[in-house]
Amino acid sequence: MNWDASLLWQFDVLIITMVILCAVAALTVRDLVSCAIIGGAYSFLMCLLWTEMLAVDVAFTEAAVGAGVSTVLLLGTALHIKRKSKD
Amino acid sequence: MADFLPYIVAKYNYWAALVLLLIGLYGMIAKNNLLKKVIAMSIFQSAIILFYVSMGDKKGSTIPILLHGHGEHGALAIDPSQYANPLPHVLMLTAIVVGVSTLGVALAVLQKIHRVHGTIEEDEILESIEE
Repeated sequence: MNWDASLLWQFDVLIITMVILCAVAALTVRDLVSCAIIGGAYSFLMCLLWTEMLAVDVAFTEAAVGAGVSTVLLLGTALHIKRKSKD
Repeated sequence: MADFLPYIVAKYNYWAALVLLLIGLYGMIAKNNLLKKVIAMSIFQSAIILFYVSMGDKKGSTIPILLHGHGEHGALAIDPSQYANPLPHVLMLTAIVVGVSTLGVALAVLQKIHRVHGTIEEDEILESIEE
């Protein structure tokens, strides 16, 4: 049983584009709470990218730890401190 | 140029890792808000993880779980070219967990800074230290 996962390069390019857009957006948005949420979306897209690249163990660790725990940590910090950023 | 283009297109994962690395480096250096610096650091980390996981991927391979690994003659004839290389995956699994604990410590320090100085903007903290 052999399937060629690299046939899905269109998905790869789409997800990579969205990841780079999320990374730029997370650093340019001025509201820190939206910054944290975009960071969570970034982590989830990274998780999709790693499923594409056949690293399923990395993918589910990223989904649980990266998109779950670190988003909660960032969100909690962003809600505790002043929400507006200057840049 | 025309024969250089396929090399760029074929290695698009590495180019994406490079772009994310530079975005993270830019954010860590140029952003004024400390929370944004922390987010840029985590983007930088995941770019490095992307680079390593890209190295383990092979064309025409599947996930590194043994097919037909049960039965009498299972696990005798393993063709490594059928599976993605699991070694970078395992290393990067550790890196993700370390990255999250780094993030947690950084955010704790950040909240302490906010409690002392009342702000997390770098220039305002410097002014508050000068006084």
